[in-house]
Amino acid sequence: MTTTLTIVQAGPALTIQDLGRAGWLAQGLTKGGAADPVAIHEGAALLGQSPDLAAIEMTGTGGTFTADADIRIALTGASMAAKIDGDPIAWNAGHLLPAGAKLTIGGATSGTYGYLHIGGGIASDPVLGARATHLSAGLGAALKSGDSFPVGPDKGRETGMKLPRDTRFDGGVVRVVASMQTDRFAPEERERFIATQFARDPRANRMGVRMDHDGAGFHAEGGLTILSEVIVPGDIQITGDGAPFVLMGESQTTGGYPRIGTVIPRDLPRVAQAPAGTKITFEFVTLEQAITLETQHRRDVKALPGQLTALVRDPATIRNLMEYQLVGGAVSAKENPFEKDA
Amino acid sequence: MNQFPRIQTVGLSGILISFSDTMSEPANRAALSFRAAIDAADWPEVSETSTSLVSTFLQVDLVTQPLDAMLTRLNDLLETQDWYTAPLPAGRTLWHIPTVYGTDLAPQLEEAAELAGLDPDAAIAQLSQARVRVLTIGFAPGQPYMGELPENWDIPRQQALTKSVPAGALIVAIRQLIIFTNASPTGWRHIGQTAFKTFRPLSDRPFSLSPGDELCFPSVSRSTLEKIMATDDSGAGGAETEVLS
Repeated sequence: MTTTLTIVQAGPALTIQDLGRAGWLAQGLTKGGAADPVAIHEGAALLGQSPDLAAIEMTGTGGTFTADADIRIALTGASMAAKIDGDPIAWNAGHLLPAGAKLTIGGATSGTYGYLHIGGGIASDPVLGARATHLSAGLGAALKSGDSFPVGPDKGRETGMKLPRDTRFDGGVVRVVASMQTDRFAPEERERFIATQFARDPRANRMGVRMDHDGAGFHAEGGLTILSEVIVPGDIQITGDGAPFVLMGESQTTGGYPRIGTVIPRDLPRVAQAPAGTKITFEFVTLEQAITLETQHRRDVKALPGQLTALVRDPATIRNLMEYQLVGGAVSAKENPFEKDA
Repeated sequence: MNQFPRIQTVGLSGILISFSDTMSEPANRAALSFRAAIDAADWPEVSETSTSLVSTFLQVDLVTQPLDAMLTRLNDLLETQDWYTAPLPAGRTLWHIPTVYGTDLAPQLEEAAELAGLDPDAAIAQLSQARVRVLTIGFAPGQPYMGELPENWDIPRQQALTKSVPAGALIVAIRQLIIFTNASPTGWRHIGQTAFKTFRPLSDRPFSLSPGDELCFPSVSRSTLEKIMATDDSGAGGAETEVLS
């Protein structure tokens, strides 16, 4: 029998997301997918499953969830206060959600996008090859209270593992490579751009994040005469009022505003996750430096399973003591520990 | 000035080959033909291709694919012919999409006709006989930018946006036409209404149009369009097609 996950109460901005829907750029559809793909990989590592499985992305706040059978869950991305039947559980960790128990996820305490991953993934019907909701294209919609989804078959069993948190929720330096219109900005404009401290504007969504700053806007030479041109995720477009807008995965496929540079892929989650008001500065790197940084990042993402550690549990406060595997690293005698699911 | 074709990297996501910095028929032709040549070459580094008005984009993972080797091959391919006069790719589709011009379904026909220096009947005659090409697709899934119309249609966008025109609206500005994918605000003028859906995500052919397709918008009566809407739920809006060789 298929397990069903039900959203008892939906926060205002929950969507199903995976790593996106490639292949339709020429038809006007951007890839979309999770605003923080690193969080998708973390969830996959915590549950020992493929990063291609779909999860629930929660913007700002979560909701209440329940399942009609025991399921494994993992929580990644922006930290949110989470409880199972009222008992607090750790973020950036995997847990067992017993059948009928209520998982409540509150508001974000750091970061913007939190993720609820399910062992086996959310098995909604794919559209055009992916399950990712693409709000601006009208593919899927924000989840509502009462929605329910089938859960895919879960081949794993492990829960109670955690991953260390990184700093991508705290703003800071975001690295940028020159892009096709960078040279339309005078050298002084580019200098001023990297010397400016920006704050993430509250106006931000899955299409783009506006950057706020004191002082004059930025302007390209002949800015209004640029023909509409291809957009890639991370492009920083300068809109009519001179404010930079970092374009995210769900942007339009083309745009007519000049782009001063492109945020490198590994730093894009830093832009997405920065809560409103968080300080951000931009730094240009060469293409060669960007390639080195990105190669290292991909290696780190691949190595995430090696970063897993067991959650430290206090037997005095633990609920459902019997559900936990108390001897760290113990494995079933029947299971070959070297044959983990990819 | 020998500035074009120009090759540039786009973030770490790919390579852009621009054929001009202004819209023109030869540059759009070059972008479409060069994209077709890239698709035919089927280079394993290229995961996806697209065109904007006057450029071709190759999605290439620049983190893992050596750029210099790609640039050499691109330059070699660019030099094989004059892309600005290249034949357009074969297998494109010519569409005839029934359109109601004017009436309360498309309330800005008269205003647009005046800007184009025509009375409404002459404008309808010119528009319904024009044959335009999908110059590029963008802004919304499957939404075509089509052109170019005769020069008298080089009319500006409105200063103020129209709050919302419906899906299937035919709108005009700067010698181009758009069929709207979704209801949306716009600065272009709403001159015709169709029942044609450019994006049908759950169908076998989710995107109706491809860049390079050609279109005509024959004038039909309001009752004809209403009959099409009542009897055809495919989203084709009564369109007829033929293959262009």
